[in-house]
Formats: sequence, structure tokens, C-alpha cells
Amino acid sequence: MKGIDLIVQALPLLLRGLAISLEISGLVVALALVAGVLLGAALVYGPLLLRLPIRGFVDLIRGIPMLVLIFFVYYVGPAAGLDLGSFPAAVLALTLFSTAQVAEIVRGALSSIHHGQMEAARAIGMTFPQCLAWVILPQAARRFLPPWINSVTDAVKGSALVSLVGIVDLMQSIQQVIGRTYRPMPFYLLGAVIYFAINYTLSSASRRLEARFADVRE
Amino acid sequence: MTDPLVRMVGVTKSFGATKVLDGVDLDVNCGEVVTIIGPSGSGKTTLLRCVNALETYDAGSIRIDGQEVGFRDGPGHRPRRDRELARIRVETGMVFQLFYLFPHLTAVENVMLGLRKVRRMGRVAAREKALHWLDRVGLAARADHLPSQLSGGQQQRVGIARAVAMDPKILLLDEVTSALDPELVGEVLAVVRKLAEEGMTMLVVTHEMGFAREVSDRVVFMDGGRVQIAGAPNEVLRNPSNDRLRAFLARVG
Repeated sequence: MKGIDLIVQALPLLLRGLAISLEISGLVVALALVAGVLLGAALVYGPLLLRLPIRGFVDLIRGIPMLVLIFFVYYVGPAAGLDLGSFPAAVLALTLFSTAQVAEIVRGALSSIHHGQMEAARAIGMTFPQCLAWVILPQAARRFLPPWINSVTDAVKGSALVSLVGIVDLMQSIQQVIGRTYRPMPFYLLGAVIYFAINYTLSSASRRLEARFADVRE
Repeated sequence: MTDPLVRMVGVTKSFGATKVLDGVDLDVNCGEVVTIIGPSGSGKTTLLRCVNALETYDAGSIRIDGQEVGFRDGPGHRPRRDRELARIRVETGMVFQLFYLFPHLTAVENVMLGLRKVRRMGRVAAREKALHWLDRVGLAARADHLPSQLSGGQQQRVGIARAVAMDPKILLLDEVTSALDPELVGEVLAVVRKLAEEGMTMLVVTHEMGFAREVSDRVVFMDGGRVQIAGAPNEVLRNPSNDRLRAFLARVG
């Protein structure tokens, strides 16, 4: 059979795998966004007792390869009485990784805003939450978005690693198809194109956002 | 004799081992323009920042219209909470050396923000009031420009409009022309002069001695965290009786 016919035949399986990959990526990105924003804000505005453990967590996670983290949660979890099953374990591991990244991006974006902005906002009588909502966050968001989209593409690419704990994501379904057809070339190529298409869309959206915010300077 | 609008008694503050304010006594009456001069490190900017609680003080008292700024009433010097501080800061307007306009908002939105979120005015009324004040500082035509599209002098005039639009009881000016190119100083001082003539109460920290002499009702010379001399501009600046003041005036020309 020709490569193109093989691909058409394998398409339903590959699409199911793609759906799993997107589901994992989406879950990880959403969970890590919420957790990362909270941790990152605490790193900037929280008391020392809160900052220290968060700093430790972020540094620890960022120093561990994503694959090691996945194996750790998947294999060590059950030994410690936390048997999650492969899908939740994979989502948890990737979320931990992504949360640390997002927290660091949020911290950077918030602390890059000049302290005078907070002072000027306070000087017109705004409360701390109002200062954050109307002055700090709108400015920080512009600096947060481009590196955050980078971390989203990291999460999408990282999701390919969950194939190693037996989840049939896009990567694993490609492996299965190759196992049946003995034709690695067209399918790895197809996989590369799909991952590239997702991430290129994200990073060009990021560039468009950057260009739109370029006129806002201090 | 009415009570002073702002009354500072024995205000003391240390940064670590350094005493920045060492028992400052100073009154500002309603409608009065008081200018603080002094060498850098004399505590004048810190004092100004204590008046609107951007800075805390360790001991002493600062009262605006009888209300203590930094501490709750009652015994024990309990610091005020965020919400109380916000309410007290509405009484004062602050203009900063480096403007600190909100860069993501246009000139008119900069002025509107406090009116909308703090004064709870509607969008239309807030915009109208903001435009009125931008017009007063000569920037009605620039209302929809972002700060990055304005010159330093224009930015500082927006900063003044943002502060006075909130109808503060007193305007605090912290070296508002120090960051400006020399040719832009005049336009900002002209706006301040106009406000002074209209009876706005002001506490001004400045290095512009000519300006201090011209607009002030009283000049205060600070050094070493204390008020060394206070009096009418002519007696303080023309015939300096204090050695440190004389040395300072010789340096600033």
C-alpha cells in the first residue's frame, strides 16, 4: 500500500490519539494556569513563610526533567499509597512541571512592573486589590502572555512523553500504527507535522499579541 | 485661628540604623503653600511620603483634618489596614518626580481611573471631569494619547491633573520637575503656580529655589531629619541666618 492510503486507513486511530493529547494538554494548561498564577502572585506579594516553600517547590520542579517527573509520579506514587492510574498520574506530573514554569513567569511579569505604579495607584486612594486589578495586572498580562504561550507549547510537546506510561495519545497511536505497518517514515513525519501545526499556531498568535502591545511602553 | 489642615508633631522614622526623620514638627494651614528644601538625604521626600502613608513613621503624629494618618485611634499605635489607608489617601493628592502615569491607559483614562474606582463616578461624568482637568493643565488636545506619546512635561501635567481631579484637601509635590529637560520645567511650574494662586493647599519638595521663593507662603529648610528653619521665603532665603542653610544655598546656586 502507498503511504497516503496507509495514513487514510490509520486516520481514525490517529485522531483518537490526537484527541487524548489535546485533552491532556488542555487540562495541564488550565490547571497550571490557575495554580501558577496563585503561586507566582504569592512569590511577589506573599509573606516570607509562604514564599519560602513555594520558592523551594518551583526550584525543585524546574530542576527535574519532565520525563523523570512523569515516571516518579507514575511508579513512586503507588509505592507511597497514591495509585492514580496512568492518565491522572500523567496529568498530575505535567501539571506540576507546568505550574512551576507558570509561577516563575507570573513572578517575573509582576516584579517587572515598576514599584512606582503601585505607589501611584495607592496615592489616588485605591485599595490593594484595586491596584492589582486596574493597574498592575493589565500591565503584567502583556509581559506574561508571550512567555506563557511558550510554556503552553512546552506542555503540548511534553504531552508526547505520556506515551511512555502507556497512554494512547497521538505519539503512542503513531507507534502502534508503525508497529503494524512497519513504515516509520510517513507516520513520524505526520506526527511531526501535527505537533508543529499546533505549536506554530500558538507561537504565531503570541507574536501577534506582542506586536499589538508594542505601543504600550513606560 | 483655625486648626491647621496638616499637623505633624515629633515625626520620627528610621531605615535600619539611620534616623531619616528625627522629630519633625510642621503645620500646613488651609490654602497655604509650604515648600520644603534641603540637601538630599535630609528626609524631605520621606516626610512627604509619610503624609499620604506611602511610608510609615515610627513615632510622632501626622494628622490631616484631625485624623491620624499612619495609626489607628486609641492606644498602642496599631497600624492601619489597607482599606483605611486607601480612604485616608483620598484626602491627599500626590505628584511624583518620575510621573508614574499608568502606561496602559490614555491621558484621560489616567485621570478617570481614580474617579471611577475610588470616587465611584459614572463613566460619562468621570470623563467629563477628567477632560475638564486636562484642559486646565493645557492638554485637552492630548486626552486620548498614551503616556509614551507625550513629552515629560506633558506627562507630568497629566500627573498633576490625575491628582487634583480627586479633589484632595492637600496636594503633595515631590520634586516634580527634577526629571524634566530644562526647557520643559516652565510649563509644569506654570500649572503649579496657577493652582497655588487658586488657593490649593500644597506641600512641595523642590530644588527650584526661584520657584520656592515665588509661590511659597512659607519655606522650610530640613537637614539631618529635622526642620532647621521655617519662615517666610524672604527671611529664609534672602538672609539665611543658619550656617547649614547658607552652605546649602551656596551649593544649589
